[in-house]
Amino acid sequence: MEKVMSNKGVIALYVLPALLLLLGVVYVPIVLTGYYGLNDWDGIGRMTFIGLRNYERLLSDDVFWSSAGHSFLFALLSTVFLALYMAVALVLSGRIKGAQLLRKIYLIPMLLSSVAIAQLWLKVYHPTNGILNGLLESLGAEETPDWLADPAIVLGALFVPILWQYAGFYILIYYAALKNIPASLTEAARIDGANSWQVALRIKLPLVWEVVKVTIVLAVVGSLKYFDLIYVMTDGGPNQASEVMASYMYHKAFREFNYGYGSAIGFFLLIVCLAATWIIRRLTATKDPIQYS
Amino acid sequence: MTTSSSPPAARLRPNEAAGRSVFAGVGRGLLYVVLIAAAVLQLLPLVWLLFFSLKNSQEVFSLPAFALPKHLRWENYENVWSQGNIGRYFFNSVWITAASVALTVLLASFVTFALTRMRWKLRPAVLGLFMIGMMIPVHSTLIPLFLLFQKLRLIDNQASLIVSYTAFNLPITIMILLGFYVALPREIEEAAVMDGCGVNRMFLRIVLPMTGSVAVTAAIINMIYNWNEFIFVNTFINSDSLKTLTVGVQNFVGQYMANWGAIGATLMISILPILIVFFLLSNRIVEGIAAGSVKG
Repeated sequence: MEKVMSNKGVIALYVLPALLLLLGVVYVPIVLTGYYGLNDWDGIGRMTFIGLRNYERLLSDDVFWSSAGHSFLFALLSTVFLALYMAVALVLSGRIKGAQLLRKIYLIPMLLSSVAIAQLWLKVYHPTNGILNGLLESLGAEETPDWLADPAIVLGALFVPILWQYAGFYILIYYAALKNIPASLTEAARIDGANSWQVALRIKLPLVWEVVKVTIVLAVVGSLKYFDLIYVMTDGGPNQASEVMASYMYHKAFREFNYGYGSAIGFFLLIVCLAATWIIRRLTATKDPIQYS
Repeated sequence: MTTSSSPPAARLRPNEAAGRSVFAGVGRGLLYVVLIAAAVLQLLPLVWLLFFSLKNSQEVFSLPAFALPKHLRWENYENVWSQGNIGRYFFNSVWITAASVALTVLLASFVTFALTRMRWKLRPAVLGLFMIGMMIPVHSTLIPLFLLFQKLRLIDNQASLIVSYTAFNLPITIMILLGFYVALPREIEEAAVMDGCGVNRMFLRIVLPMTGSVAVTAAIINMIYNWNEFIFVNTFINSDSLKTLTVGVQNFVGQYMANWGAIGATLMISILPILIVFFLLSNRIVEGIAAGSVKG
């Protein structure tokens, strides 16, 4: 038995195809991105090694910092909204009729492509015919904003469809985790006189904390690398007011053909995502994770 | 939230309990209102999309947002289907999604089996590589991948998409499969080995068929991701006839700036397959999404 299940040839046969694909398409390119970032290169001519000059330029590039700021703002807001999703999931996992149906309805936008969502919300925000301004006008508003053309509100306007897209996803994850809690634990607390608030905060929340940690990482990393919807809706505009790290990288590399500088941004994005994952894990670490199953 | 349940309420004096249950009743009603309002908000933009996909340009501007015209303009759908390349994009999306999903789930099943049931030294390291793979942004690999595919003459070739989709979806697929494989009873392997059955036969004939349900769940999640993928197609594919629905729709919509009916119909065609799959398999999808992230 031992011998059969540690047959090296079989292990190699089973693991190598997927592993080589992962290394070739994900890991080798990251290393190359790191290397290209140390060069001045337009993708066609010769590469010139320039050391850390791209990164020096990055540090003093105001547009880069504002786009990084936008990405971090999205990450922060997405994390804050997790509390709302948890509240909804806590309610849904109680004795709510139709909870199954509701959580499915909440999930629907997440199944659609970001491009379709972006195109749809372009219409929602349309200055003259969109439903949003139509609603405002019917409420008596005299001047309605041009949501995506005004630098002061464009980020907020982009964040709403992102919420719309992902709310159901997080509610579903929390709901599944809360449903996993054995009823005996919450019943015991109730018999001891705990009210719903206390049960939710003192019993349920600590029990699903491992899942909360995962979702914080997902929300932060997902926001940091967010791209599709912004690319389609505003392309970083107006005047780079809604540029994020990924869209800035894309513009530098594939519009201006500055592969060296684009790679430096791409590598920075990678470091930020991995660092964010590590920091969140450290900050949310509990000494002894609670086991209940 | 559910304070009307017996144990705590039973300890209160009768009149207090009655007061609380009225309060709880109102609170509950309010909760339902909020929950249903949220559901309406989630659906409203899609209903509006359906409505304007059935109007002509004039009706979009003259009729209220949530009113249908007397004559439903189904011809919008016919027109966009016959005029543009939508049919072509649709076919491309179907086959690329199908090929990538099949490849991903198959490769992931092999790896998961080796990771969970077999004994080898590098196991934790390989598992770690796959798990960290989930955190890596596509954009950090995009330039080298583009240049690599250029060298291999795979730019403007759909193979570049299938390879990329498979590699980037292996981690999440393995994560979904992992819990199920760990829970398989040891006795299966013991019995198989006793009967002189090799590992290959055991995996292909016994284990793989047993994991059918979780493989289907993983396949559905993969399908949703691949069907909706944008950045790789946008970067690697130039020819219009090779594009998938997501990118095709994006270009197509650009040509119809003012024709809302055509845009609406195009968007409806692009989201309909996913919606149909969702209505048919919603339990599986819900379960798959929960499994993919909760069992971290």
